[in-house]
Amino acid sequence: MTLGDAAVSRLRALFAAPDTAGTRYRVVGPLGAGGMATVWEADDTVLARRVALKILDAADATPERIERLLAEARVLASLEHPGIVPVHDAGLLPDGRAFCAMKKVEGESLSAAAARLPSAAARLRVFLRICETVAFAHARGVLHRDLKPSNVMIGPFGEVLVVDWGLAAGAEEARTGGSVAGTPGYMAPEQARGEPVDSSADVFSLGVLLKDLLAADGVRPDRRLAAVVAKATAPDRAARYPDVTALAADVTRALDGEAVSALPEGPFARGVRLLRRHRVAVLLVLAYLLVRGLVLLLR
Amino acid sequence: MNKIVLGIVVGGVLGVFDGLTAWFTPEVRPQILQIIVGSTFKGLVAGLLIGYFARKVDSMSATLVFGVVLASFFAYLVAAQMGKYYFEVMLPGAIVGLLTGYATQRYGRTPAPSAG
Repeated sequence: MTLGDAAVSRLRALFAAPDTAGTRYRVVGPLGAGGMATVWEADDTVLARRVALKILDAADATPERIERLLAEARVLASLEHPGIVPVHDAGLLPDGRAFCAMKKVEGESLSAAAARLPSAAARLRVFLRICETVAFAHARGVLHRDLKPSNVMIGPFGEVLVVDWGLAAGAEEARTGGSVAGTPGYMAPEQARGEPVDSSADVFSLGVLLKDLLAADGVRPDRRLAAVVAKATAPDRAARYPDVTALAADVTRALDGEAVSALPEGPFARGVRLLRRHRVAVLLVLAYLLVRGLVLLLR
Repeated sequence: MNKIVLGIVVGGVLGVFDGLTAWFTPEVRPQILQIIVGSTFKGLVAGLLIGYFARKVDSMSATLVFGVVLASFFAYLVAAQMGKYYFEVMLPGAIVGLLTGYATQRYGRTPAPSAG
């Protein structure tokens, strides 16, 4: 007897479904799957609210992975910030799998939402909110190590949340290095080589993320923002911004039409930038001088 | 710089400049000093009122309209004293009002409301 594809996938789903009997959670259905865990939508029957349950996949429930998921929950619990999804609970299910109960986030990932944001300025403002969150985590000694558009959620009211802190590490832990974890293309070179990393690895990932955001509308970014991206993604970590706050400050300056530290400008470029920035005032002064001149000539 | 101070500074500077242009009109050159003083005073008063308006009404378009109307009115009073040069006095005056209105709203700061 052979089983059909539908039957096989149903059996797989049955095997993967967590056993929450005897707990306060009732699983509704899967929300998404990651490398070693699946996020399930669930009802918290005690507090009568929807939550997201991140649960290790049955086949991956090794002691190391259980500890990894619980460590992620502890990291998240230590980071109370509007840009970070709050953790409600963590522990082991009756079937021995580790779980972490979090606020269920509505909205969509930045990779899906970026192209729909109304302007480059709106995308830059989202980027600055991401920087605020990451800078907060760094100030608490936590590195994200997997920053990318799909790990940022945009809520229905414009909330910006940095999610998936599964690779997050304390600064001390990250200094030891040894393992390669992250997303190719977003990982800093030293992270990809398995070397010890510090906050500059997140600066690199944010630089790539910024590049993605600037390219979302297919328009070539201006020279200042291109220079900011180049500085943030410099292969040599010493050449990057010293921290996320410095990167955000340069993006803010670019957004305000000011000079950025990543692109030293000469007097001519400075003059052109100031003229562009104050073009209305300059045009009004020129109009006044023109009218004054014409009146004197025609009198 | 707050909007009122900025309005006074811009109005005053433009008033001085406006007065100095009278030097190019030989028949009024002997009264250049009075013209500069009068023009500066007019600019200061217009700048003060435009700055005050910009502070109360946080709208660029409304401030521009107010600036043009007020400066044109002041320029009309000056031209009416002479009984001529209405166009020559009022047109630059209107642009000065536009410029002062734009500058106060674009570059001036509104003080944060005090607590309590």
